[in-house]
Amino acid sequence: MPDVQFHFTEEQRQFRDVLRRFMAAVSPTTEVRRLMDDERGFDPAVWRRMADELGLAGLMVPERYGGSGFGLVEVGLAMEEMGRVLLCAPYLASGVLAANALCRIGSEAQKQRWLPGIASGETLAALAFAEPGGEPGVESIAMQAVALDGGYSLTGCKDYVVDGCNADLLLVAARTGAEGGLAGLSLFAVAGEAPGVSRRRLQALDPTRQLARLDFDGAPGELLGELGGAGPGLAQTLDVGAIALANEMAGGAQRLLEDTLEYIKLRMQFGRAVASFQAIKHRCAELLLQVELMKSAAYHAAQVADAHPEELAYEASLSKAAASEAYLHAATEAIQLHGGIGFTWDQDTQLWYKRAKSSEVLLGDPAWHRERMIQVLEQREFGSASAGAAA
Amino acid sequence: MSAPAEVSVRDEVRAWLNDHWDPNAGLVEWRTKLVESGWGAPDWPPEWHGRGLSAELTRVVEQEFARIGAVGVATGGIRLLAAATLLEHGSAAQKRQFLRRILTGEDVWCQLFSEPGSGSDLAGALTRAEFDGECWTINGQKVWTTSAHHADWGLLLARTDWDAPKHEGLSYFVIDMRQPGVEVQPLKQMNGYASFNQVFFSDAEVQAEHLVGKLGQGWSVAMTTLAHERRRADGLRSGRADVEDAAPREGTIYDEEAQESATALAPYKWYPQRAGRVDLTLPRALASGRIRNPAVRQELARLLILANSAEWTARRARAAQQQGQPQGPEGSLGKLAASHVARLASRVHTMIAGADALLAGEDGPENGLIAEILLSVPAVSIAGGTDEIQRNIIAERVLGMPKEPRFDRGPFRDVAQNRSPG
Ligand SMILES: Cc1cc2nc3c(=O)[nH]c(=O)nc-3n(C[C@H](O)[C@H](O)[C@H](O)COP(=O)(O)OP(=O)(O)OC[C@H]3O[C@@H](n4cnc5c(N)ncnc54)[C@H](O)[C@@H]3O)c2cc1C
Repeated sequence: MPDVQFHFTEEQRQFRDVLRRFMAAVSPTTEVRRLMDDERGFDPAVWRRMADELGLAGLMVPERYGGSGFGLVEVGLAMEEMGRVLLCAPYLASGVLAANALCRIGSEAQKQRWLPGIASGETLAALAFAEPGGEPGVESIAMQAVALDGGYSLTGCKDYVVDGCNADLLLVAARTGAEGGLAGLSLFAVAGEAPGVSRRRLQALDPTRQLARLDFDGAPGELLGELGGAGPGLAQTLDVGAIALANEMAGGAQRLLEDTLEYIKLRMQFGRAVASFQAIKHRCAELLLQVELMKSAAYHAAQVADAHPEELAYEASLSKAAASEAYLHAATEAIQLHGGIGFTWDQDTQLWYKRAKSSEVLLGDPAWHRERMIQVLEQREFGSASAGAAA
Repeated sequence: MSAPAEVSVRDEVRAWLNDHWDPNAGLVEWRTKLVESGWGAPDWPPEWHGRGLSAELTRVVEQEFARIGAVGVATGGIRLLAAATLLEHGSAAQKRQFLRRILTGEDVWCQLFSEPGSGSDLAGALTRAEFDGECWTINGQKVWTTSAHHADWGLLLARTDWDAPKHEGLSYFVIDMRQPGVEVQPLKQMNGYASFNQVFFSDAEVQAEHLVGKLGQGWSVAMTTLAHERRRADGLRSGRADVEDAAPREGTIYDEEAQESATALAPYKWYPQRAGRVDLTLPRALASGRIRNPAVRQELARLLILANSAEWTARRARAAQQQGQPQGPEGSLGKLAASHVARLASRVHTMIAGADALLAGEDGPENGLIAEILLSVPAVSIAGGTDEIQRNIIAERVLGMPKEPRFDRGPFRDVAQNRSPG
């Protein structure tokens, strides 16, 4: 079993260099702003290049299904570089969440059928698990699926679905049994354009990430893998997603720090650069520390996910909680240190602020993840989490 | 999948230990063998008791020692800071005189930098060193000097030129602490211990050959000491000790080792507590049932996130160093992180203790250990350079922000100073 590394290999560093150049070229903030108003919210030509030139769409998909077969470390690197430039693309939705769910839950035949399309970027897939109210995790999923004519029929609502309107293939989590929690959960493949599916693009606080509400009214679905057996795979998928997201957030926070430093080194007040005031220097030193700490957590989580999958849940929650606090802190500091211009629409800092805010909540807010960490520790100690715990 | 170098080092040290390790040897006798063989400090240069091994291979050696429970060289106190400084700036004669006895544990060292008038601003030292053609005469006062009460030698920063600008008038010496001109008075700390002291010099003597580096270049020598000190404050267990012993510890050498730490280390019993004892938080929360309190759960998780992230950040810095990147000001980041960890741990311990946090000593939780944590944590953000100084260093040297305005240029005698105390 590979060991956890505290540095990137030469190949990984080169991969990062390539990604950084590519992302800088395709996603300047002028482009981000254009896509914020675009109906799909991403540029299909850029997505094509990401898939063809860099193999990003299938980075994590095993080679036998047409992907590159990399682990979460490489995905983390990619996400970090995307987060740096606020890339608008369905990568998290299709390449990470949906690809993982299929890999973990689908049957061999189903993987062969769908994964190559996802890996090539041809098929856009999205994972629909959250429901109105947005309780994190999958335990509280209530939507029901019923067997019908050899298939299944889905009725209910899925909310906050990342890239839900863009997806050709929807992976929809629903209950097929009376049990609660992780038991009795199944995953279904539903065509984006299937009858009984209506999709609405939501007005997102962060317009660089596409969110959709999906209403199902007797929509036909194909069961993926075993009936009632999707719970653990879904939970793992969300953990992988949280770790990928934490890495994306680290990239954004690092960029905020760099841009802010550049600005305050030039901005003069009282006859000196704003960066020369000790009150400002000390805040930036603290900010650097916070950013380095969040990176360490995100990198470590990615390494551990590959090397020690039994630690996945704990590491996912740790890194996501760390990233949530640090990214928002970075964004808040960045706006404050820019002064009035930081509060304007035209200044770019606000774009990262919105991404930080939405990322804080997406895939579980920090308080939820902290609570979950303690539950994992209690489980290790006692075999169950303490009763009065659920907050 | 081990690299060939790793395999051969492992085989070599294993064979050597096989032939030489004796749990009933005398402690100094055994450490002398370590020094002579180069296995005691394998990352030191071959000409000075080492083998010039990389940090990675040094770890292999440590693992082999731990595997059979072999005792290593002495590492306590600031001896390794002294060694690092001498290895970099010392003369051959100084290395010959001091390095061996640092490793065997025969000499104890202290760091005579801070003074009543200059702590953060170490370059403002007023302790004077005057040369009469043969020998240096030292007059002045140092303070907060850890270990001075049992030290054999001190690393001394003193002023040798009052007309030069502040940082250029300092020189760095090794001073014999066991002489009539050196008076040491222990200082009681807020946690009740006395690990630091004040030190008075009245016509104390330093031999000419104990000037370290060049005359007037004491500041750059001191920076070497400080950089190593900050790096060690990153919360990772110090170099040689971070491998768990696997073997049973039976033999007279262990008794001697335990005795050494019991007598020499009594004033330092609080040291583990200053870092906050994160290791005790979860077990105490579980055992006391306080884990069921939602606020405790949140703060405890926060602490575990911070402490783990800090450790991994320190490991990233070490890994970068092992890959050949030079030791930079990143040490300051680790030191700052360690302060945050200690403070938050102190808060979490208070929450877990509840009303028992009111009590200390035998009446306090864990026989006073928790109170000791609460009363020792404030040292971390002061000792070895305060958090504010670390933030200045990070801002200026890592982030490239403008330096602080200076009011201490020109000849040192014209610079504003604290009045001498009393
Ligand atoms: C447990 C312990 C052990 C120690 N051991 C040793 C030892 O072995 N040898 C030794 O030489 N020293 C030792 N010290 C001393 C320690 O290094 C100093 O106390 C420390 O550097 C601070 O100096 P000071 O006490 O003079 O405080 P000051 O420098 O007077 O600082 C007072 C306050 O002002 C702030 N401040 C000062 N300068 C600036 C600035 N430029 N910008 C912003 N804020 C600033 C400080 O952060 C602090 O909050 C030890 C201290 C402790 C607590």
